[in-house]
Amino acid sequence: MSKGRFGQHGGQYIPETLMNAVIELEEAYNRYKDDPQFNAELTELFNDYAGRPSRLYYAEKLTKALGGAKIYLKREDLNHTGSHKINNVLGQALLAKKMGKTRLIAETGAGQHGVATATAAALMGMECVVFMGEEDTKRQALNVYRMRLLGSEVIPVTSGTATLKDAVSATFREWTSRIADTHYCLGSVMGPHPFPTIVRDFQSVISREIKQQMLEKEGRLPDVVMACVGGGSNAMGSFYNFINDKSVRLIGCEAAGRGIDTFETAATINTGKLGIFHGMKSYFCQDEYGQIAPVYSISAGLDYPGIGPEHANLHDTGRAEYVPVTDDEAVNAFEFLSKTEGIIPAIESAHAVAHAMKIAPEMDKDKIIVITISGRGDKDCAAIARYRGENIYE
Amino acid sequence: MSNIAKAFANGKAFIPFVTCGDPDLETTGKIVREMVKNGADLVELGIPFSDPTAEGVVIQDANIRALKNKITTDDVFNFVKELRKDVTVPMVFMTYANVVYSYGIEKFVKTCSEIGIDGMILPDVPFEEKDEFAPTCRKYGLDFISMIAPTSEQRTEMIAKEAEGFLYIVSSLGVTGVRSEIKTDIASITETVRKYTKVPCAIGFGISTPEQAKKMSAVADGVIVGSAIVKQIAEHGRDSAQVIGGYVKSMKAAEVQ
Repeated sequence: MSKGRFGQHGGQYIPETLMNAVIELEEAYNRYKDDPQFNAELTELFNDYAGRPSRLYYAEKLTKALGGAKIYLKREDLNHTGSHKINNVLGQALLAKKMGKTRLIAETGAGQHGVATATAAALMGMECVVFMGEEDTKRQALNVYRMRLLGSEVIPVTSGTATLKDAVSATFREWTSRIADTHYCLGSVMGPHPFPTIVRDFQSVISREIKQQMLEKEGRLPDVVMACVGGGSNAMGSFYNFINDKSVRLIGCEAAGRGIDTFETAATINTGKLGIFHGMKSYFCQDEYGQIAPVYSISAGLDYPGIGPEHANLHDTGRAEYVPVTDDEAVNAFEFLSKTEGIIPAIESAHAVAHAMKIAPEMDKDKIIVITISGRGDKDCAAIARYRGENIYE
Repeated sequence: MSNIAKAFANGKAFIPFVTCGDPDLETTGKIVREMVKNGADLVELGIPFSDPTAEGVVIQDANIRALKNKITTDDVFNFVKELRKDVTVPMVFMTYANVVYSYGIEKFVKTCSEIGIDGMILPDVPFEEKDEFAPTCRKYGLDFISMIAPTSEQRTEMIAKEAEGFLYIVSSLGVTGVRSEIKTDIASITETVRKYTKVPCAIGFGISTPEQAKKMSAVADGVIVGSAIVKQIAEHGRDSAQVIGGYVKSMKAAEVQ
């Protein structure tokens, strides 16, 4: 079995042209990941630039409104650039800089990862090119402007379904043509080894903090940790330090779109099957001949036909559960959290809130749920208004 | 001698590529026969995939055209079975890992051997992952064809030592597509390869003109042309067989024999 396996998943299914690039990346990562100087620099960036540690907030009004388990929100939405994406990007940009790379390329769906990458590139004086599905550049026009404002080039991708998966393919193609000075700053726990491991490690700061904050506030571990899952980086970051704490239930919330019994869905674990795509073996939404399915979700950030290989393995082993959440449920949760707590979550994160709204009332009041709010929802307001029939444009 | 070796037995090989079902299987059949008539020594048949990540826009579009016609792997198998009734040159499939994996590796390879396919090229399966596919290919008498890229450097030795059929030397960085100039020092790559294997080297990616065919065939055992042919299919559609036949003839004639 090749490198970077999580059970049967993972691996390095990429063109020969890129093999030395990922080997070089793995060697650099192994050199720096335990380097005190590197970690001191990264911690300083996390704390002073990104605003970490992010708050673990007791959502008292939400808890009372649901009438069951006690709910805490891990506020990744309060990070600089408005989402958890900055954690991974600062780590990878710093690593790329140490490797002597001067140019970052990235894919983006909702635009959060693109904005975070453009931000890190601006901070570190690196060139930056972001690939974004043309469909998404329309859904998230403001984020396109943000990236350009930060000095990045944004290239709309028109191939295939013109969404996140096509942006990933386009970024891989670009990397194949220019490797020497360029680092592919992949945004999720997916792709070929070592990306799933690198991204998970940089995002694991989320669960490290949750654990410490929970012990300080409650003196015990939570009963449930839940997060939304597209590729799965905020969920992997939220789960990682709890994997060995078997008493903690881990729940990933997938985008079911219009429902898992329709073709308009992006719920990979619930509707996909084992396959090989974008450098990894994992579960993918696909037809019987292995053609990748054109997935759908209201959330551009979850609109991806695959899931990271470590999640696929957590599913296989039963350590984590993956549940589908529809557009409708997510939009209701988006509005509900805004009204009850004065916190507008990203529509991606609203998928996790929606599932908490289902399970919290069924749980005892002495149980504790942590929901990771992966990003803020300002970017989604116009789209949600349109979903509700209001004619608002950014 | 593997069937593929026959393609290299009479001077430098010319290896054209077409995507099956672009614009339809009947036309693909006409094109293949015309190419063979005009000097193709081995034919690479693409099985369409929704997300061909190693391809440039020309072949991406060919995949889309074929899939719009709802061409499936089974359709391609039936097509090759028909084709084999009169086409005798070696033929290999070029597709992506998921097409083979989702069909079932063993079932896929077994069918290949039954219909007369001689080898398989999977651009998203590098040396590190080939053990998932290559042993099954060997069991059924297919060659699993490996690629060497301009960035392979120290990896060239291990890839060459385990090479089967022929070695696909990628001429340039990037994805498939016509290039006006190929800057890679191909001669030094093939020289290194020959230290470790007797398997022939064919060069692909970016080759379109007879001048390039001449230059590349001087330092290798064969030349692979894809995008330049697919481009003509995009332009001429169902009437492209004759045009492509003439093109193949000019490319084969330009090769240093």
